[in-house]
Amino acid sequence: MRLPIYLDYSATTPVDARVAEKMSKFLTIDGVFGNPASRSHAFGWAAEEAIDEARGHVAALINADPKEIVWTSGATESNNLAIKGVAHFYQKKGKHIVTCKTEHKAVLDTCRQLEREGFDVTYLDPETNGLVDLNKLEAALRPDTVLVSLMHVNNEIGVIQDIGAIGAMTRARGILLHVDAAQSAGKVPIDLETLAVDLMSFSAHKIYGPKGMGALYVRRKPRVRIEPQMHGGGHERGMRSGTLATHQIVGMGEAFRIAGAEMAAENERVLGLRNRLWVGLQGMEEIHLNGDMHARVAGNLNVSFNYVEGESLIMALKDIAVSSGSACTSASLEPSYVLRAIGRSDELAHSSIRFTLGRYTTTEEVDYTIKLVRDKVAKLRELSPLWDMYKEGVDISKIQWAAHH
Amino acid sequence: MAYSDKVLDHYENPRNVGSFTKDDPSVGTGMVGAPACGDVMRLQIKVNDQGVIEDARFKTYGCGSAIASSSLLTEWVKGKTLDQAREIKNTDIATELALPPVKIHCSVLAEDAIKAAIDDFKSKQHVDAKKTA
Repeated sequence: MRLPIYLDYSATTPVDARVAEKMSKFLTIDGVFGNPASRSHAFGWAAEEAIDEARGHVAALINADPKEIVWTSGATESNNLAIKGVAHFYQKKGKHIVTCKTEHKAVLDTCRQLEREGFDVTYLDPETNGLVDLNKLEAALRPDTVLVSLMHVNNEIGVIQDIGAIGAMTRARGILLHVDAAQSAGKVPIDLETLAVDLMSFSAHKIYGPKGMGALYVRRKPRVRIEPQMHGGGHERGMRSGTLATHQIVGMGEAFRIAGAEMAAENERVLGLRNRLWVGLQGMEEIHLNGDMHARVAGNLNVSFNYVEGESLIMALKDIAVSSGSACTSASLEPSYVLRAIGRSDELAHSSIRFTLGRYTTTEEVDYTIKLVRDKVAKLRELSPLWDMYKEGVDISKIQWAAHH
Repeated sequence: MAYSDKVLDHYENPRNVGSFTKDDPSVGTGMVGAPACGDVMRLQIKVNDQGVIEDARFKTYGCGSAIASSSLLTEWVKGKTLDQAREIKNTDIATELALPPVKIHCSVLAEDAIKAAIDDFKSKQHVDAKKTA
């Protein structure tokens, strides 16, 4: 077993060796290096053929038409293109957008920008399990609402929104639905024939493809229009200009093809490991699972270890690579806004660790992690004055703490 | 985050972890910070009849720098008079541990902790003096 153990698959994944092998054939003089937009020679034709194949693989995983796939540089660009693109195109129809407080920053910050441009945005509060209440969503919809943007799987707590039900609601009202699927593609089945989703964002590097590569699904029936954000040579049917990065696209296509072929078996295996980790932590005092346990992607376990601060725990867990909702691990010095939005106290947000498992996680690694976490949490609690107080029966929430920050 | 070797050493081998009985009149307790901010330090000093800090204990909830700052502080205050201990500045701690700018608040908290512990000890002495009078 190699240390440190990688348990941060929601941050990024290694490129699958099969994907890297395929990508390497689209770079050098001996490979297919042509510009796919070159129509006048065989170099261009070969590259275009590779692009078409990759587009087919991405479309197949989500049961869409290949013509509905627009290549981008990643899910952040896809989210920007979808939200700004729809807002700008349909602004005469209405200027109201609905999203949720637990969305990725690529969605929230894009919405903030639109507010500065004069749009009106409603940020829904999720329930304590991380899911959006459909009644609250319905209540937020207005005659001037043009777009709802909600993520499929949350990057921090792994909860799966019911985008089927959400789509039925928005479609019935003629409102467009954008879904950020960066964390769900290849992990949760997606069928865009049956889901009333109008735009969907994808990333390659979350599912064993290369970084710097993504796609946006833009529905054709009924047709969705977006205003381009990147102007130039009119690539991607005018929606996103820029020479296509053949090797990156081929990599994304191969990653999506593999995900389609292996998702069912992989999910079962990863879920088994995730459950083994959670069962292995049982019996520890004051541990809290963040996010719904059932409507949850297989590889995610987000746990707060009360009375232990997240960054010091990450230091103690240096044999494993995980992330924390603690303020000290973020640039802003604010604890996780996702955990705060689901009603977790600052203390519990500071004490959270996100374990995300994936394709190369082994049983041995999970068992090592369980032992390490149990040992280190116990050690840090011995150091914690809050743990002392908890053990003495003091209610920490009732103490008047001197404001410090 | 790249920590200095000194922070890592104090973090991995914290000195003087523990507690004294709070009610002991020779003990001063300072608890500073707030759980919501991600750090709470509890520093205790044991003071002899000559007003010298004989021993110190701490417990800290917080990041590695907060733990290291309080561990270092317990080493520094031992053998000092209360007035000398009050002179310890957060900048001394930050310099010794080579804390990055984003972690300076940990050293500020440590300075607050020793001041709070001294004040607590003195207020106890005051109450005792009243009782015996």
